[in-house]
Amino acid sequence: MRLELVPRQNVAPVMRAVAPVIAFLTAFAVAGFVIWLLGRSPLAAFQVYVTQPLSDPWALQELLVKATPLALIAIGLSYCFRANLWNIGAEGQFVMGAIFGGWLALATHNTGAGFWVLPAMMALGILGGALWALIPAFLKTRFGVNEILTSLMLVYVAQLTLDYLTRGPWRDPKGFNFPQSVTFDLSATLPPILEGSRVHLGFAFALIAILVTAVVVGRTLFGYRLRLTGDAPRAARFAGFSSRSTTLAVFAISGGLAGLAGISEVSGQIGQLQPSISPGYGFTAITVAFLGRLNPIGILVAALVVALTVIGGESAQILLKLPLDLSTAFQGMLLLCVLGADALVTYRLRIVGRAVTA
Amino acid sequence: MTAYEAILLTIITASTPLLIAALGELVTERSGVLNLGVEGMMVMGAVCAFAGAVTFDSTILGVLCGILAGVLMSALFALVVLGFAANQVGSGLALTIFGLGLSGLIGAPFVGSRRDPIGTLSIPGLSDLPYVGRILFQQDAFVYLSLAITLGVAVYLTRTRSGLTLRSVGENHTSAHGLGLPVLKTRLLAILFGGACAGLAGAYLSLVYTRFWSSGMTAGRGWIALALVVFAAWRPGWVLVGAYIFGAATVLQLHAQAAQWGIPSQALSAVPYLATILALLLLSIRHGRAIGAPGSLGTPFVPDR
Amino acid sequence: MVAGVSDRVSASVPLVQLRGISKRYGELLANDGIDLAIAPGEIHALLGENGAGKSTLVKILYGVVEPSAGEILWQGRPVTIASPVQARALGLGMVFQHFSLFDKLTVAENIAVALSGDWSVAKVRAKLADVSRAYGLALEPDRAVWTLSAGERQRIEIVRCLLQNPKLLILDEPTSVLTPQEAEHLFTTLDRLAAEGCAILYISHKLEEVRRLCQRATILRGGRVVATLDPRQRSAREIAALMVGNEVGEVRAGASHEGRGEVLRVANLTLPPAGLHGTALKDIVLTVNAGEIVGIAGVAGNGQSELFAALSGERLSDRADAVSIVGTACGTADIDARRRLGAGFVPEERLGHAAAPSHRLSENTLISHHSGKEVGRIGFIALDAAKRLARSIVSGFDVRTPEGDPQARKLSGGNLQKFVIGREIIKKPRLLVVDQPTWGVDAGAARLIRQALVDLAEQGSAVLVISQDLDELFEIADRMAVIHHGHLSPLRPTRDWTREAVGLEMLGTRDAA
Repeated sequence: MRLELVPRQNVAPVMRAVAPVIAFLTAFAVAGFVIWLLGRSPLAAFQVYVTQPLSDPWALQELLVKATPLALIAIGLSYCFRANLWNIGAEGQFVMGAIFGGWLALATHNTGAGFWVLPAMMALGILGGALWALIPAFLKTRFGVNEILTSLMLVYVAQLTLDYLTRGPWRDPKGFNFPQSVTFDLSATLPPILEGSRVHLGFAFALIAILVTAVVVGRTLFGYRLRLTGDAPRAARFAGFSSRSTTLAVFAISGGLAGLAGISEVSGQIGQLQPSISPGYGFTAITVAFLGRLNPIGILVAALVVALTVIGGESAQILLKLPLDLSTAFQGMLLLCVLGADALVTYRLRIVGRAVTA
Repeated sequence: MTAYEAILLTIITASTPLLIAALGELVTERSGVLNLGVEGMMVMGAVCAFAGAVTFDSTILGVLCGILAGVLMSALFALVVLGFAANQVGSGLALTIFGLGLSGLIGAPFVGSRRDPIGTLSIPGLSDLPYVGRILFQQDAFVYLSLAITLGVAVYLTRTRSGLTLRSVGENHTSAHGLGLPVLKTRLLAILFGGACAGLAGAYLSLVYTRFWSSGMTAGRGWIALALVVFAAWRPGWVLVGAYIFGAATVLQLHAQAAQWGIPSQALSAVPYLATILALLLLSIRHGRAIGAPGSLGTPFVPDR
Repeated sequence: MVAGVSDRVSASVPLVQLRGISKRYGELLANDGIDLAIAPGEIHALLGENGAGKSTLVKILYGVVEPSAGEILWQGRPVTIASPVQARALGLGMVFQHFSLFDKLTVAENIAVALSGDWSVAKVRAKLADVSRAYGLALEPDRAVWTLSAGERQRIEIVRCLLQNPKLLILDEPTSVLTPQEAEHLFTTLDRLAAEGCAILYISHKLEEVRRLCQRATILRGGRVVATLDPRQRSAREIAALMVGNEVGEVRAGASHEGRGEVLRVANLTLPPAGLHGTALKDIVLTVNAGEIVGIAGVAGNGQSELFAALSGERLSDRADAVSIVGTACGTADIDARRRLGAGFVPEERLGHAAAPSHRLSENTLISHHSGKEVGRIGFIALDAAKRLARSIVSGFDVRTPEGDPQARKLSGGNLQKFVIGREIIKKPRLLVVDQPTWGVDAGAARLIRQALVDLAEQGSAVLVISQDLDELFEIADRMAVIHHGHLSPLRPTRDWTREAVGLEMLGTRDAA
């Protein structure tokens, strides 16, 4: 038996939309099988993972809260991936954004500083993430160092930095030796979108980023430049687009948005700095970006869908005693299926019998 | 045992998994496939080896379970990147995420168990030599095995016909296909070998290095192994050198933490990661872009039959 | 001798016979019921335009591609050739047009990998000397392939085949990368092989060499056999008509144009090689005046693409005055700045360099028009304007497209080439630099492109054509020079050049003419 890929004459537009759905269903089937292997009912798990969150208003808000960092990071990553550049260190840029912005929150703690603190924190968050992302970008453009490995290594460094700060100099002296900072002042806390809602302003940032990206990608020369760089790098150089400035620009954008996600999460959701502030949003966002086929609206949908599995994972841990690792495994499986399903868009699959060999 | 012997011994122990995993990835990359899933295959190897060893109360069976887990993971990767011609960078990343999650699930019942140290093989006479005897001639079987794999891979790549085919496929898959070399089959076997090595490296971690299982215990070693391949410019001998340099950096950093010099422990923990970046940087400055990289590395191949 | 008798007997049974071979790629029928027979010791030409189906047929014969229908008889017995390995086992050898070599491997490794399992690198190294001597094909076994010239690379391909004592040797456009002298050397080798009883299938679109070398020719057009004939007994014109299907018109010569002002000046341009495999440019001196076409001849890989990159600004010089366009020194300015000076560029590679394969034609206009006012405004792109522009290029240059605004990769080579050249000409450039304008393009498109270049020069633009096709340069260039190992010979009026002189310059025998 042999699997053959036959190039399609015309890319089927239907397949473009259907492929992620097929991927999703396959990943679900695999997850269900694993749950069954663990001796639990896949049906009950499906209910906890999908049906329950969707029928509960509290959980629906939680969905938006979880989707916020995913969408922000993924929309930034889509700039890189479109240009065929591999920033896989968004997790570290997220943490750095939180550190930069969090610093201001701690520095102005109990000083009665005014409304300027919050915008400045957000700006610092963007700056922190962008600077952290520019390190691998600079190493690539200046010295030709592979950006995949360097951006990933910097994740560990960023996490260790946050760990050091929250256990050391930034620890709350009155916090019973818990490794965490003081709770941010109200002036340093990102307000909810609506009074009494759990959804903070970060979600609005995500929506704005998605809208702006939709315009940039579809209508501007910069968006065209990214696509050309990704699809035909030599043609991009021929068009006069320098690959160095493209690389620096997309890393700065994706790092900046990851940083914004980081400071938004800390300021709007957690309320203080802790050694660990992310359950791996920076990595999950890679799945989100591809699941959304790098399309801004697609990414929004994908962020919501993946956030659903994150929440589901949390309640499954409580209700079914299913470990959180199941969600991680599911996300990995989902990304594999999404990438595999891409083949369905450009190729027709044909299964042929055993090939005649000499 | 003297202190210097103890340090050298731990360096060897820390280097061996890096060496094994990097050799496997080297063979995979030489066939033209970039598998970024080393971390995921390695952690699966670690958990399955530990689970197997505890369940069957046998280190050998544990190691076999670890290797099998690595092979199965790499087979999944091969299905996606060879069968569906999917993007290799994304798929490797997905494999790592998948492996980290799945290993946590498999390993949950085994958290808290411990294994006894495995024995060392000493070579009579030689292991009693002063200073070098115990370092060179009284090691566990894995260490000897890792050196044998290094030699084997080096000989295989440069001296055998199948190694020549593998290099040709990695260098230019279109030409190789035109000559009738089996591109996809060669790549499949290379990917599986990479998986087996990563699984073995993981088994070493959980059965020898720590002797317990904890979630995510590979702690980026798979990524460092990937960096080692680049650092070594795709040559097995240099992978050996690189692995030992990194092993030494890891161990010395631990000793520095223990010595309490007032340097934050986090700064020392960051040393291996920063060293990786530095090594890649120095290599790029010296050699320019990706010297020695196989010509078709990372590009999917679809035969035009 | 007995061998003589058996030769005559086997000559009545063809060595290989193709019957009704067809190959379908989606909607495209690349081969349509092809019949072909080759006798032992025969040099048989397979003639046809680009896209006529020659390469597909050969790939089927060599087991690289599976036929959709038809059968192959080998020495009278039906066979299925499922892979090149099997083809070689039968006694087929193949020299590819785009070499199937591995750059970083050595000569001996490159040969060993293509042979059956019992050939070790050591054995190849030992035998190489014998074969090299017997056929005059000198090769050093331990050199890495990327350090070799195209001619030397071709020798590797041929030696690969010869070591297996083939009964049938297939050569796909073998002279396209050779100097006239190297080609003559190749013909001698082939004559010798044929005399020893080896059949040769010689694929080409160059009539003169087919008439020099082959006893029989099969002519393909649109995937079908249109004739099988003896090329020595027909005129080149007659054969050409069969290949193309209608009479090929000639390019109408432009008026003689002299000295209407210098548009491009290259002054002592020197550039180190880009990367391991590049050629260095050494002290290039060149001028192109308004209203003339200057041609640069040379064998592939002698610095043509480096010269193009240096002129276009894809690679920058360290001296601004190394390249001047309409009097402005721009050696350190990027391609965008040079376009603003009124220059247009068409690189050799259509797909991936001149155009993005997966992008629509309208988007592909942006590549060289994005800084113009028509399609770009303050960072935004005007898609409607880009579509209009694409339409006017399509209609102005007779680009045949499958639909309104297709992806670039859906166009045939000739049509895409017309599009990317039209994209520059429509801007009325003061300078046009074209690398291999008609490479791999059918005769009709080639004629249209050459005519467009001549017309452009006549309207007062300066045109620089880099081409491996000597006939093309002799046809349209007013002045010519030859590039060899990154050196450019002095520019001379075309009428002062002979083919022999160009050939000697291509070989680097300077000042020999």
